[in-house]
Amino acid sequence: MSDMRIHAEAEQERGLVRFGRFLRDNPVIPLIFFLILLVISHFYIVMPLRTGRTGALSAFWVNNLIKFAIPLAMLAACQVLTMLTAGIDLSAGIVATIAAFVCATLAPLIGVPGAVAIAIGCGVVVGLVNGFGVGVVRVHPLIMTLGTGLIATGCLQVYQRFVISTGTLVPEFLVWLGTGRTIGLPNGLFLFLPFALFILWLMRFTGFGRLLFALGSNEHAAKLSGVKSWQVFLALYALSGVIAALAGLLYLGMIRTPSLQLANPLLLPSVAAAVIGGTSIFGGRGSFAGAIVGALILRVIDTMLTLLQMPEGARIALFGLIILLVTALYVRITGSR
Amino acid sequence: MNVVRKNAWVMGLVGLLAVLLIVTKLIQPSFGATGLESLARAALPFAFATAGMAIVVIVGGIDLSIASIMAVCGVTAAVLMQSMGAVPAVAITLALGGLMGAINGGLIVVTKVPDIVVTLAMLFVWEGVALLILESPGGSVAPGLRSLINGSLIPFVPNALLVILIAIALVWVPVKRSKLGLSIYAVGSDELAAFRSGVSVGWTKVAAYALAGVLAAMGGLSLIMLTGIGEPVPGPYLLASVAAVVLGGVMLGGGRGGLLGPIVAVFILRIIRTILTLANVDPNVTTIVEGVVMVAVVMLGAVLTYRGRRT
Repeated sequence: MSDMRIHAEAEQERGLVRFGRFLRDNPVIPLIFFLILLVISHFYIVMPLRTGRTGALSAFWVNNLIKFAIPLAMLAACQVLTMLTAGIDLSAGIVATIAAFVCATLAPLIGVPGAVAIAIGCGVVVGLVNGFGVGVVRVHPLIMTLGTGLIATGCLQVYQRFVISTGTLVPEFLVWLGTGRTIGLPNGLFLFLPFALFILWLMRFTGFGRLLFALGSNEHAAKLSGVKSWQVFLALYALSGVIAALAGLLYLGMIRTPSLQLANPLLLPSVAAAVIGGTSIFGGRGSFAGAIVGALILRVIDTMLTLLQMPEGARIALFGLIILLVTALYVRITGSR
Repeated sequence: MNVVRKNAWVMGLVGLLAVLLIVTKLIQPSFGATGLESLARAALPFAFATAGMAIVVIVGGIDLSIASIMAVCGVTAAVLMQSMGAVPAVAITLALGGLMGAINGGLIVVTKVPDIVVTLAMLFVWEGVALLILESPGGSVAPGLRSLINGSLIPFVPNALLVILIAIALVWVPVKRSKLGLSIYAVGSDELAAFRSGVSVGWTKVAAYALAGVLAAMGGLSLIMLTGIGEPVPGPYLLASVAAVVLGGVMLGGGRGGLLGPIVAVFILRIIRTILTLANVDPNVTTIVEGVVMVAVVMLGAVLTYRGRRT
């Protein structure tokens, strides 16, 4: 009798472990179910609660959802890539803001191509500084990117004083990318689809991607196998800077008014999207596809909270709790860090 | 040998501070008692944040949410003081800070998620809570409290400096002399060895984070004493406190260092700002220079830790 119970418990235990492993290997499948569940509850529970009638899934709603999820998913790519090596990029939001602001203020002075090039250049510079600090000096990525973010904010404020009178210009094609629609879908997808394919290809089929996984799983072993980690970190954080700058440019086209705080509020949701998408903050495990679904989930939650007239503070606190809860669950289920 | 070296580091910092004070005096010959007073007042919130951070770093963790806890405590005190006296409001705020710190520590112990991730998440949670308590800057501060940090009772020793020293000593000296202090250092230097020697690792961590929370609450109180209103958006105290802790000779990773070094380091970092301001540098450029100095200090700390681990 007791023997059977032990056996059953062992079976159950094994089932749980297996389920955990399944989740770890395919985080996208349960996430998509969760997303669908959220969308359904949005229309059948939240909408009737506020407006008294059930909503209908419209093309316009989907379009809006995808449109605002794109810059979030791009910033989440920064977090996924850096988290693969057990890092994080907390300067991504500020880099995006800087790219947008620099582009909008330089465009009337030196033309659009030059402005875009300089904006992306800013991302590369911040990324290289991050990579130097993390890869060569070995500062913890969290502290390092926080520090460069602080310095970059100071630089932006000084820069703003020089261009305060020049006026701003948001390049035409960015507005087209940010706000236009083609057959019911946002034009941002023209940038995002190739970008997403590139990141997925980079992570899965290139040596660079494998190096990221190797460094995150066991840095010591990777080094013993001859990986020059500082070169990888330098390239990784520079890439993260470029991605953040691109996301900032796209966001500029969407919002159309540059400000000194433009993309900063996207930073926390981008970390949350990556964590929800099954990327481990401790390195070695992660998927960009999951992060994309994570970004969509966060957008749906956000629209729900807006509809429920939840105050800003509750929203920030909730995102923080989501990060903590999901990380704790992963530690519990997979039994590993 | 170790004790000598540790003291040498603090002595070196004091020497550096003296040199910087002389430099300030050379740039601005009129720099005197009032200059010292404003320096000490500006250092108040930084000193408390740094002291709190130092305790959690000694126990082997890091508290990224310290600036957010300060914001929550600041707005809570500012709101409470509208309806009640200064003394109960301060007491409630200190208790609240301790509670928030204990929640941080408890979550770290219970979830087994590393400190850095838990406190990163709690950074946002507490920031949200601060916004929920007070959406825009407001509230009021008892005038008696505000006058506490003005002027100098003893010539050339600003009251703000006395407040820093007395408040931190009241929290830290009894702890350091007790069993808890020993446990904090033990857990920080080797968690497993501490556990095998019968130290309750979990409770020690919770206590350390709670102490940091109390100190952060003092930081929040000092913030509203400086400005007169509660401000829900956290200030730039996180990086500054980490930099001061590293400069103060507390190793990231735990087990070594005290609270005196980091507090001297706070004054060094503050006086750099004073010197730049006196030298007529643009305040925004000052922010950049300050950021670069802090990042450089943290880098230096990382290099030292890395070397120490290799040998």
